[in-house]
Amino acid sequence: MREKIRLNTPFSDRDIEKLKIGDEILLTGIIYTARDMAHKRIVESIEKNEPLPFNLKGQVIYYTGPAPARPGRIIGSAGPTTSYRMDPYTIPLIKAGLKGMIGKGPRSKCVIDVMAKYKAVYFAAIGGAAAFISEKIKKARIIAYEDLGPEAIWELEVEDFPVILINDIRGNDLYREGIKNYRR
Amino acid sequence: MRKIKADEITKIVKNLCMETNYYLPEDILDHLKKGLKKETSPLGKKTIEIMLKNAEIAAREKIPLCQDTGIVVVFVEVGQEVVIVNGDLEKAINEGVRQGYIEGYLRKSVVSDPLFERKNTNNNTPPVIYTRIVSGNRLKITLLPKGAGSENMSKIAMLKPSDGIKGVKEFIIQTVKEAGPNPCPPVIVGVGIGGSFEKCAFLAKKALLRKIGEHNTDGRYARLERELIKEINNLGIGPQGFGGKITALAVNIEYFPCHIASLPVAVNLQCWVSRHKQIEI
Repeated sequence: MREKIRLNTPFSDRDIEKLKIGDEILLTGIIYTARDMAHKRIVESIEKNEPLPFNLKGQVIYYTGPAPARPGRIIGSAGPTTSYRMDPYTIPLIKAGLKGMIGKGPRSKCVIDVMAKYKAVYFAAIGGAAAFISEKIKKARIIAYEDLGPEAIWELEVEDFPVILINDIRGNDLYREGIKNYRR
Repeated sequence: MRKIKADEITKIVKNLCMETNYYLPEDILDHLKKGLKKETSPLGKKTIEIMLKNAEIAAREKIPLCQDTGIVVVFVEVGQEVVIVNGDLEKAINEGVRQGYIEGYLRKSVVSDPLFERKNTNNNTPPVIYTRIVSGNRLKITLLPKGAGSENMSKIAMLKPSDGIKGVKEFIIQTVKEAGPNPCPPVIVGVGIGGSFEKCAFLAKKALLRKIGEHNTDGRYARLERELIKEINNLGIGPQGFGGKITALAVNIEYFPCHIASLPVAVNLQCWVSRHKQIEI
């Protein structure tokens, strides 16, 4: 296994070309949260040519709906949610310039193919480790869809946010490969 | 007759909402630590280490282990000599959930209507409540906040009696295999066999409450549990599905008599953040 890789957001193609499945990566910079309802609205805005809550070019979306912050804390617990629910909305986002996604669980073949074609990557964060992950978030503010409650879009400033590369830009999938070494 | 005030029930439920979401049960912690020793995948090991660290932070800071603080499932056993005064049971439980989720900084994850509006109720009510009248004068409340990641991967099958043990095993293993990384492994596999369509699903849920490491008191079912956990861990899914040996921490089977023509089986998957606690008064 390689050393942990430090990576800043937003991404250029060059940043992600070298990444391999199973790589442990520490992300630093701005990422945006979005889950089911926020995706639905972003896709509707893309279709109608309306302005988006943030420019997708080179950006990373984190599939999470944080818990409310206790007073004195930056954000509540914020672990990944299951990604396949976002698959039906993902392709237009990648076409609009999205370069990275963080969630948990496998993506559809369509999404993996589009990631390869447009050069985008998919990472997993540790599901259920939401308290641990929240401590990697240094700043947080809601920038859109506040009416959606836990599904609002947050802009997060993260530091050494730990993720594992699941899908690289060559169509590889850690969930398919990893299991092969341990299946008996 | 023993009188129990409704607001006492509210208080118990409120505290249970917070405690279950902040503190990982000891048996899960123990078995994660055991899993860490058995796991040979380097990524799997690191994943379990983060899980243990997460439990430490959540307990220390009194913040939820997982941001998905679930829909609340409540099992209540009311002794038939108990009278609830100054309110009613369901309202008291609802109020406890409302207070617990607001005052405990827990995420509100319940929508009022499943299909049309899907509007957040903003206080995580209503919980799913199962009440049973039993003998005696005690009141037992068990609370299980259930996250959707694992719940969505759960399955039920109405098998034929001729499918037998082999059919039941195949269905359980197939359910875990198809779920893969989604339910946040290492999982707890709750299985209900027999009863009716809804009874076996209920049994599968109840099976999640059993202490990890304990087996069914019926030796035949205990053996089946041991065989299943071995085969499930041989799937190679591993912690978080990154590949590894530790896919499940337990397989717990509950059973019930059933119709001569039926063999219902339900598999309720539970993530490693298996939150539940019981209070008896």
